[in-house]
Amino acid sequence: MSTTIEPAPLPLVKTARPERWRLLWPLAALALIVLFNLIVTPRFLSIEIKDGRLYGITIDIVRRGSQVILLAIGMTLVIATGGVDLSVGAVMAVSGAATATLVVEHHWSPAPAIGVGLVLSLLAGAWNGILVALLQLQPIVATLVLMVSGRGIAQLITTGQIITFENPTLVFLGSGSIWGLPFAVVLALATLAAVGLLVRKTAAGLFIESVGNNPTAARFAGVNERLVKVMAYTVSGLCAGLAGLVAAGEIKGADANKVGLYYELDAILAVVIGGTALAGGRFMLVGSVIGALIIQAVTTSILTGGLKPELTQVVKGIVVIGVCLLYSTKFRRAVMAPFGRRRA
Amino acid sequence: MLRMKMTETEVLQARGIVKVFPGVRACDGIDFTVRRGEIHALMGENGAGKSTLLKVLTGAYQRDSGEILLEGQAISPRSPAHAQSLGISTVYQEVNLIPTLSVAENLFLGRQPKKWGRIHWSAMQRGAAAALSRLNVHLDVTRLLGSYSIAIQQMVAIARALDVSARLLILDEPTSSLDADEVRRLFDLLMQLRREGLGIVFVTHFLGQVYEITDRITVLRNGKLVGEYLTKDLPKLELIQAMMGRELAAFELRQRGDEPPAARATPFVQTTKLGRKHAVQDVDLDVAPGEVVGIAGLLGSGRTETARLLFGIDKPDEGEIVIDGRPTKLSSPRKAIREGFGFCPEDRKTEGMIPDLSVRENVALALQSGKGWIRALSKAKQRALADRFIKAINIATRDAETPVRNLSGGNQQKVILARWLASNPRLLILDEPTRGIDVGAKAEIQKLILSLAKEGMSILFISSELEEVVRCCSRVAVLRDRRKVDELRGDISEEQIMRSIAGGAA
Amino acid sequence: MTLSYGTPLSRRFPSLTQQLPLISTAVVCALLYAIGSICYSGFFDASTFSEFFAGNAVLGVAAVGLTFVILSGGIDLSVGSMVGFVSILAGMMVERWHWSPALAVPAVLAMGCAFGLLAGVLIHVFELAPFLVTLAGMFVLRGLALTIAPDEGRITLNHEFFVWPTTHAIMMGHARIRLIGIFFVFIAVIAALALRYTRFGRNVYALGGNEQSALLMGLPVGRTKIAIYAISGFCSALAGIVACVDMGAGEPSAAMGLELDAIAAVVIGGTLLTGGVGTVLGTILGVLILGIIQTGLTLDGRLISWWTKIVVGALLLLFITLQKLLTKATARA
Repeated sequence: MSTTIEPAPLPLVKTARPERWRLLWPLAALALIVLFNLIVTPRFLSIEIKDGRLYGITIDIVRRGSQVILLAIGMTLVIATGGVDLSVGAVMAVSGAATATLVVEHHWSPAPAIGVGLVLSLLAGAWNGILVALLQLQPIVATLVLMVSGRGIAQLITTGQIITFENPTLVFLGSGSIWGLPFAVVLALATLAAVGLLVRKTAAGLFIESVGNNPTAARFAGVNERLVKVMAYTVSGLCAGLAGLVAAGEIKGADANKVGLYYELDAILAVVIGGTALAGGRFMLVGSVIGALIIQAVTTSILTGGLKPELTQVVKGIVVIGVCLLYSTKFRRAVMAPFGRRRA
Repeated sequence: MLRMKMTETEVLQARGIVKVFPGVRACDGIDFTVRRGEIHALMGENGAGKSTLLKVLTGAYQRDSGEILLEGQAISPRSPAHAQSLGISTVYQEVNLIPTLSVAENLFLGRQPKKWGRIHWSAMQRGAAAALSRLNVHLDVTRLLGSYSIAIQQMVAIARALDVSARLLILDEPTSSLDADEVRRLFDLLMQLRREGLGIVFVTHFLGQVYEITDRITVLRNGKLVGEYLTKDLPKLELIQAMMGRELAAFELRQRGDEPPAARATPFVQTTKLGRKHAVQDVDLDVAPGEVVGIAGLLGSGRTETARLLFGIDKPDEGEIVIDGRPTKLSSPRKAIREGFGFCPEDRKTEGMIPDLSVRENVALALQSGKGWIRALSKAKQRALADRFIKAINIATRDAETPVRNLSGGNQQKVILARWLASNPRLLILDEPTRGIDVGAKAEIQKLILSLAKEGMSILFISSELEEVVRCCSRVAVLRDRRKVDELRGDISEEQIMRSIAGGAA
Repeated sequence: MTLSYGTPLSRRFPSLTQQLPLISTAVVCALLYAIGSICYSGFFDASTFSEFFAGNAVLGVAAVGLTFVILSGGIDLSVGSMVGFVSILAGMMVERWHWSPALAVPAVLAMGCAFGLLAGVLIHVFELAPFLVTLAGMFVLRGLALTIAPDEGRITLNHEFFVWPTTHAIMMGHARIRLIGIFFVFIAVIAALALRYTRFGRNVYALGGNEQSALLMGLPVGRTKIAIYAISGFCSALAGIVACVDMGAGEPSAAMGLELDAIAAVVIGGTLLTGGVGTVLGTILGVLILGIIQTGLTLDGRLISWWTKIVVGALLLLFITLQKLLTKATARA
């Protein structure tokens, strides 16, 4: 009996990278940047302790990067389901605005105010998830709605002003420190741990990856595809809310117009650099965190290198295209073709 | 343009077409000839090489060897567009036009008449109306194509093909989503075109239509040409035998499970008059614990559609499903799984496996989704589960952590089987579980099916290989033209099934 | 033997259902205008009406280019940054480097075109996601704009080329119609004609309707797709020049977030985000709707400007949902 004839399908888009090596590239990139900086600025890695706090360029990078780290954690889950969340910047503005306004204008104590800010961002995320999963809008379109109106809502809350505050608890969120470490960093790490536990100790991670990799097969295996998506966007909203609080605490005020502006790309970039494919499927939270650190390290290098700070945006834009080209099979084939021929 | 003389000359001659994919010779030296003024059926089951041959002819694939002559000229179509410009046009089941543009535009896209450098709309609309009325179709050409039925969209596609000057028209399953009246109209048109001398290739799953309209039949099987026949000289039964073939299995004799006890156990699942428009009708099935029930029929006869209705993927619009004696609505696969169903889909690549995830994760997926989000199987438990099945059903993989995309077809199939076995279903629906896998793995999977039934599982077994249907099943439901037409029991032979598919007569 | 097909009731008025998105846009537009006219004196007035065009000329010109992209099923997030970059680049060229506008304007337009072309190549040849490529483009352009800007941030434009259009206007009765408003309408008309009367224009629709089919029909899919992004780049560069005239300055942070308004205008104008259906006329109506909302909310002291964003977001959602329902309904029919 002959074997049945069935054209072997060409390999699908996504390239399978061996599990163990997946963090290698982002780590190598980070090491390279650190090395480069070490040569240019020899005191790059030095850390000193003043008043029980750690100071140094690396600490600064981690502290400044913490907002993007927070966003990237949520964004990772969304991208893993095959979607994208463009509203994270606007959601940051909403949570900061709500918390600051409640504390400053309505004299709430910080804890419930923070709670309200986070609940709002959670609802914003769930809203995105519902549009994507239940109304089945394309993720870009669905999250665009909140990207447009989110800032309007934030301005509505602050009645268009920049709400400044001195409340120590709120300030602590952005510039306080615990055990010598900036609180924002501790918060980002805690969020990483919490989301990591959420996805790896429950079935969420398995479900997200199967939905992102092959939604039909996942549905046929009984995975509740819609709930998975709603959850991912909700987590992303919540992470954006946390980042918004940190951002507000850092500048001691809620600026609905500027907070988190253009952070969407930073977060997407961090996820992509971290090795999670934009098409969805396998995701790596730690990779995304490294990605965020790489972005911040590059930014800091540009600043310490004496270049115009505005150039960082140009660099980020070019890097994101470069990384995506590296993952694009078409590009690899086009670039590798001459080498292949030479070898043959 | 169609004013050729009616002569018995060849429009298309393909000789010795070979197309090889990694590991598979999809077309293995196929000859195929179409003459002027004939409607020629191209028949074959899954993997016969039918669609590969068509893709080579229409330029979607490049052949590895062989030659194609179009009216005596050697051609090598590089792309569908190129094939079209040479005179080979294809009309697909999914009409490949632009639904959001008007009928007239669809006829003239890319070659609109111009006046003073701009598109001359009124001339285009007149031209469109004229092109359609040549086919005796009269409609408002300014309306969007998408606002018309599939049948009319097909007419427009044919009109475009003819207007671009087709010498060979290929119709790929044109009647699948048409009702009887629409099929009638399409056939009238085809007969008119035949009279005008066009060569037409007609691909369909409906045997009745083949006998109704075609002059000649070419049958392919396993990438090879079985033969070319005059339709009127080929009885239905022989056609079916040619398509399904009969290959002697040297490796094992029939070892069907024991006949179920005289009084059959009460069925676990029972369907009455189950059906869905344009999918399948009148499906009465019942499966008792410990039984393997087969579903036989040609490709496109409604086998997969039946499985999809049962597993809650598509919603039936008539009939009911009774589980353990209580009528149940299965609105989603999740609901079906909760009732104790499992389903190995026919197309494991797009519907079965999660290619980037490991064997371990693929095996654990259904069990985990049944348990819910919170009660997660630990990695160690998943690992143990996967290792158990790797051993039990001989999955050839380096370890449980290998992504399933790296496994061979047969082993991917086993992983998906293992996924369901792990969740211990009461009814397992298997849609072509042995398709595209090697002989050894086939025998193993068949053995596994029988032993599962012995342990009390109900199994619904869909296969186009009659030999394994006969070997494994104690009863066989036969589908023809999307309707259940027969149920065989007792000592079933392959010939009996084929006779039933052919419709008793012939 | 003649085949004629009976028309079911639901298909009796096909032209109406085909035009439903455009009609609903027109109705919303008229309704908003009526409400404005009732609530505020001076709303129903030729000069106010012409200001809806002139005051939104930058948005309008960019949105016209974006219409091509969205019609083809893609998206371009870089239009706002392009406006900012072009406005400062043209300003620097003319005011600091003393180029003649006759050289500077074609140069920046060519730059816009080339940038769009590059995006198109990345999207078509290397199959990168359009949103990602143009999001990166948005960063690069805004970064470049801020980088080349002088330390004081903006450049006042004194060259006659930029001043003349603001000092001259067409008078209709006592209504003063600004030239940039007319320019916007002019560009829109050219775009509408190109979409309707050229093969390229029809190919844009075909591409958005079904890319696979377009390919099988032998249409030049790749060339069309790349040209579409080039056109969008060109139009947003043109919008940058209009911005120079409008503001009388080159401003690197001009048109921040304009891409969102432009997308909103196109979608509210009845163009399907999935592509294939839409018109430039709809886009003009979409721009008008945004203009009316903005003017109305500004005139009303109680409703302050940020409501614009919320209302625009809500309208966007409304129209997207409407589109979704419509496509579902047609699919079922």
